[in-house]
Amino acid sequence: MAKYLLLKHYRGAPAAVNDVPMDQWTPEEITAHVQYMRDFADRLVETGEFVGECALAPQGTFVQYGGEGRPPATDGPFAETKDLIAGWMMIDVDSYERAVELAGELSAAPGAGGKPIHEWLELRPLLTTQLTITE
Amino acid sequence: MTSPLDEALLRSLTPNVLGILVRRGADFAAAEDAVQDALVEAVRVWPADPPRDPKGWLVTVAWRRFLDATRSDAARRRREDLLDEEPPPGPAQAADDTLQLYFLCAHPSLTPSSAVALTLRAVGGLTTRQIAQAYLVPETTMAQRISRAKRTVSGVRLGRPGDVATVLRVLYLVFNEGYSGDVDLAAEAIRLTRQLAAAIDHPEVAGLLALMLLHHARRAGRTKPDGSLVPLAEQDRGLWDTASIAEGVEILQAALARDRLGEFQAQAAIAALHADAPTADETDWVQIVEWYDELIRLTDSPVVRLNRAVAVGEADGPRAGLAALAGLDDSLPRHTAVAAHLHERDGDLATAARLYVEAADRALNLAERAHLTRQAARLNAVLRR
Repeated sequence: MAKYLLLKHYRGAPAAVNDVPMDQWTPEEITAHVQYMRDFADRLVETGEFVGECALAPQGTFVQYGGEGRPPATDGPFAETKDLIAGWMMIDVDSYERAVELAGELSAAPGAGGKPIHEWLELRPLLTTQLTITE
Repeated sequence: MTSPLDEALLRSLTPNVLGILVRRGADFAAAEDAVQDALVEAVRVWPADPPRDPKGWLVTVAWRRFLDATRSDAARRRREDLLDEEPPPGPAQAADDTLQLYFLCAHPSLTPSSAVALTLRAVGGLTTRQIAQAYLVPETTMAQRISRAKRTVSGVRLGRPGDVATVLRVLYLVFNEGYSGDVDLAAEAIRLTRQLAAAIDHPEVAGLLALMLLHHARRAGRTKPDGSLVPLAEQDRGLWDTASIAEGVEILQAALARDRLGEFQAQAAIAALHADAPTADETDWVQIVEWYDELIRLTDSPVVRLNRAVAVGEADGPRAGLAALAGLDDSLPRHTAVAAHLHERDGDLATAARLYVEAADRALNLAERAHLTRQAARLNAVLRR
């Protein structure tokens, strides 16, 4: 078993095929999209491959150690930062192939016109602890 | 033969049993652990072998656990002094014990999250695992939070009256968390507030209980089966729980009659006016605005002023609502959503659509974000025609 993080980006990923902002969809299309995401997570719970998920607000702050006896420095958000994570889902699957298959399925979530968004999702393996038997 | 476990009974006995142990001389932290052990044991044993006297059973088992846990000589000496303690308390003493526990678990030295966790465990009788699930944190994290909280209050002397307001804030926090996992925190908050109302005669306790009942009554109408939000005006009022509304209104009226108004009574009065309207159009917005004015006098919170602007928009029209909104800090949560709604009612759909998108961007939870995005999409569809 191996854990993977699926990352969805507000920005930083290449443009999706069906790249229409959500507020330009019909309300029914939004409902269908939300339902697809819920069903996807439910299905992974059933197959025993779901670990967790969370959506993130777009507003973020950069924080830095401010030096001895001083409060932390805060800054941002920086407009030039290319990458902005929108949310994550963690899965625990048997193979890399299975992880790719699931990410593909998630990327097929319907968008404008009810057609798949073809959104680029980032798939990142988690570094694991050392196995008991390594030789 | 096994009988189903009466979990409600078990949990309702928790503060009482804990109070008895503490009065027999056990320190709070050790007694609380012992009671928790006894609860776990009860869940295991009772279905096959239900006790004739559940409270007596719990006291006996918890006290034995406590004695097992305190094995030092000093503890043994003390135990000998303690063994022939007073007889079991009467109902008045039990109510007083329960009240003391509420004060202790909401002690001002605790952070809100610690007070909430300790209250749910020591007064509510929930297990650490259940509390951890409800708040979506690992069980070890929750266990640590609870044991730190117990250390924090370990020096507090029981028997001194505390501040009811701090207890009410903790219960309000529990209620607002809603439900996730297998524990319904809203229902649990109602149960704990009801138990508090039985232990102390205070109009704000009644006010909070009424407020919770009135909000809880609308729960079935608030979301669709797919989880999406339904705004108050569009809710199917047939789904509201009329028995809960009737109880909330009755408790509120009795509290208001005592003429010691507080913020929870005022909030409950607003909830009651919504619950009372057969249709959204028949809502008495003028009276709701008056209650918001009352609330501002009592608390003067910016959130109340924001909600007042919504009510003013309904009572006196969207322009008046926008005027009421004008002086408020636009970084307030939901400020943009309120502005969008008022602009839509004023007929400025383009501005409203833009603001709904912005509000979705700032939404505090997923359901709200989906709802606001849907509002924007709805208006954009109209504008395209």
